[in-house]
Amino acid sequence: MFDNFPLWPQRASSMAGNVDALFIFLVILSGMMTLLIFVSLVYFAARYRHRKGVLAEQIEGSTPLELTWTIIPFGVFMVIFAWGAVVYFQQRTPPRDATEVYVVGKQWMWKLEHAEGQREINSLHVPVGRDVKLIMTSQDVIHSFFVPDFRIKQDVVPGRYTVTWFRATKAGTYHLFCTQYCGTQHSGMIGSIVVMEPAQYEAWMSGGSTGPLSASGEKMFAELGCATCHRSDSQGRGPNLQGMFGKTVLLEDGRLVTADENYIRESILDPGAKVVRGFKPVMPTFQGLVSEEQLNALVAYVKSLTPPSAPGGRNTAMSSPDSTSGQGSQVQ
Amino acid sequence: MATATVPAVEREDYLNKEYGIASWLLTTDHKRIALLYLISITFFFFIGGFFALLIRLELLTPAGDLVQADTYNKLFTQHGQVMVFFFLIPSIPAVLGNFLIPLMVGAKDLAFPRINLLSWYLYIIAGMMMVHCMLTGGVDTGWTFYTPFSTAFSNTKVIEAGLAIFVAGFSSILTGLNFVVTIHRMRAPGLTWSRLPLFVWAHYATSIIQILGTPVIAITLVLVVAERALHLGIFDPKLGGDPLLFQHLFWFYSHPAVYIMILPSMGVVTEIIPCFSRKRVFGYIFVALSSIAIAVFGFLVWAHHMFVAGISVYAALVFSILSYAVAVPSAVKVFNWTATLYKGSIHYSAPMLYAFGFVGLFTIGGLTGLFLSALGVDMHVHDTYFVIAHFHYIMVGGALMGYLGGMHFWWPKISGRLYPEAWARLAALIVFIGFNLTFFPQFILGYVGMPRRYYQYPPEYQVLNVLSTAGATVLAVGYLLPMIYFLWSMRYGKPAPDNPWRAAGLEWMVQSPPTTFNFAEQPVVTWEAYNYDEIDKGYKEEPQLVG
Repeated sequence: MFDNFPLWPQRASSMAGNVDALFIFLVILSGMMTLLIFVSLVYFAARYRHRKGVLAEQIEGSTPLELTWTIIPFGVFMVIFAWGAVVYFQQRTPPRDATEVYVVGKQWMWKLEHAEGQREINSLHVPVGRDVKLIMTSQDVIHSFFVPDFRIKQDVVPGRYTVTWFRATKAGTYHLFCTQYCGTQHSGMIGSIVVMEPAQYEAWMSGGSTGPLSASGEKMFAELGCATCHRSDSQGRGPNLQGMFGKTVLLEDGRLVTADENYIRESILDPGAKVVRGFKPVMPTFQGLVSEEQLNALVAYVKSLTPPSAPGGRNTAMSSPDSTSGQGSQVQ
Repeated sequence: MATATVPAVEREDYLNKEYGIASWLLTTDHKRIALLYLISITFFFFIGGFFALLIRLELLTPAGDLVQADTYNKLFTQHGQVMVFFFLIPSIPAVLGNFLIPLMVGAKDLAFPRINLLSWYLYIIAGMMMVHCMLTGGVDTGWTFYTPFSTAFSNTKVIEAGLAIFVAGFSSILTGLNFVVTIHRMRAPGLTWSRLPLFVWAHYATSIIQILGTPVIAITLVLVVAERALHLGIFDPKLGGDPLLFQHLFWFYSHPAVYIMILPSMGVVTEIIPCFSRKRVFGYIFVALSSIAIAVFGFLVWAHHMFVAGISVYAALVFSILSYAVAVPSAVKVFNWTATLYKGSIHYSAPMLYAFGFVGLFTIGGLTGLFLSALGVDMHVHDTYFVIAHFHYIMVGGALMGYLGGMHFWWPKISGRLYPEAWARLAALIVFIGFNLTFFPQFILGYVGMPRRYYQYPPEYQVLNVLSTAGATVLAVGYLLPMIYFLWSMRYGKPAPDNPWRAAGLEWMVQSPPTTFNFAEQPVVTWEAYNYDEIDKGYKEEPQLVG
């Protein structure tokens, strides 16, 4: 009946319920506040309307009342803040063993590449119940990856990776929108997330792959000559990359950085920016020599050099409480 | 005390003192400059409104069919730029503030009358640049100029639009500067800070933001122009820049700019409500200080526009909590306005209807701001129609309602004529209904998922869009009506008494319209603001308020 008049988005991800719960709380709270103000306005306006011979009663104010309506709202606001922060923190912290999909936005399409190697344009096939981490960048302007039925949104920024994640909970096809204005066909930069039952997903996955993303990364790694310096025996002119991903790295200038996707990306495009202690800034830049997709493949390859048991970065603090992600960890 | 009698012979006033085009274009009279601003911003309001109407008509159907995609993108860009920089920011300060602040503080003019005229000329130069930009191709970056789209990808007149806004900024800075100096240095004897009308307090807070914030947008736009024209790498990652740096700089001004728009409107409402309740403002000092608190906290919340832009989780936490801090003084104001009504003697004149509308719509706008400050919810509704609805409740439901209320309240003083009260009440009602019909459906539309700046959209969003477009046409009628009857009243309206509302405040103690130098002799203030008890006791007969 409401096909043409939806009043609520579908709830198709593990995050949707969390966002909705806070939203509904806010609707009730602000509904009550609005009612309080409106009823007071209407009641006072009617009750104290001008009558002949009746003068207004002058009231200077009341400090206790002022304090009341300063402190109570502030307290309520802090509750909303904390609740909102918890939901946001969950969304900004992808589960460690999530399946990875690399996303490249460009005017005006979405290019998505599964870690297993499947490439898609403007659609993303995922199975129900698996944590999917999106590692996103743009090759031109800022875009934003928005799936309303999942309640997730993250800007996709050129020159860096941004990350979001979801776990679909219901099979179906859902809108994917670009929500950061990006030019003429901004409203045409749409697509769909196709959520499939795991069996169907496996069937879909079995076709069309040219091999895992990390394999094409490995090929690039050899072709570009990276391996001449980044040797696995630690004798090269560049750091040994085995097991490096997710570790904390000490730099020449004494800073400590986590070797995450953005660090690998930056080290390829701007090698002099964060040089590992003990090495010389001899690496040439690959800016302009590798496309965003090739860069993704290289990053995926460097990440695949991590032994499966390696201790993780900051993600260790956060694992989704109702995680069923055991099935999602085949990509290593 | 002013009398309600209308003089039989025509008196000299600021309008009839001199005639001729030069007497207007070279005037340094703050009241004439206010009228120059009034005409100019009304012109831009109708341009911006026309763009809005085209946007709503395009969105009547899911397919993009009325205009081209590029045209649509220019429409929403220039709707935003015109409404924000050429209507809302100057609106109340440059028209009502300009006209009233010297009168309210008992001065003959602003501190720097010639700088005041200069600010209008800067505004006009900027406006002409903007019009030229629109007529020769326009700009399609969104009013936010996000990089690297604006610096490297848009094929439209970004530089020209940026420079127009750059120039307009100086007009705004000069107005703010003039107000601050006037309020500090030119108050009448006895007019202490605690006796100042709250309209003046609100403008003081506004001026602080204009002076401190506007230079930042000016610098930012210069950097955009530099990157676009000279390929300096500031914001474009391909040139080694950082696109988020632009967003930080842009919102450092553009969030406080929201308070440039809403604070003066709050000031207007704080004059109207006591007058038509015949009461002192409840909690004067709290209302005054909340304006200052808003101006100060307003500078510390900019990155709440960037929760999903790629800033760190911890930055987001800080900006979320600060956003709640700025919500507190706004809530305090709403409570104080409501409490002012308590045990009042309330008249439902047109300005009061606008004030009621303001409080109601601002409440909804403010409360939905709590949704957007909640990190977990913003993640879903950011850049959707929920945001569009929220800020229109603040800027149109709030700022514009207040502006219209103020125009009605002070129209007798400005023009020397009374507007037709029945029509004015009808217009207030139409605006309120039209506004809610236009923008309330957009809250739902946004939560369901429709992104902003979409030229075409999935068909399931159509019903809500149709409701919104229907509301926009009602709203258009509501805005045309006051324009028509204000113009009508200038010729046919009944001559206004000096103080038609028996309102408190020095501006009501001079004749309507005032003389060029406002006061025949220096007024001395011996009373508190909003001394409606003393005013009403001073009258033998019942107050016969117009309306």
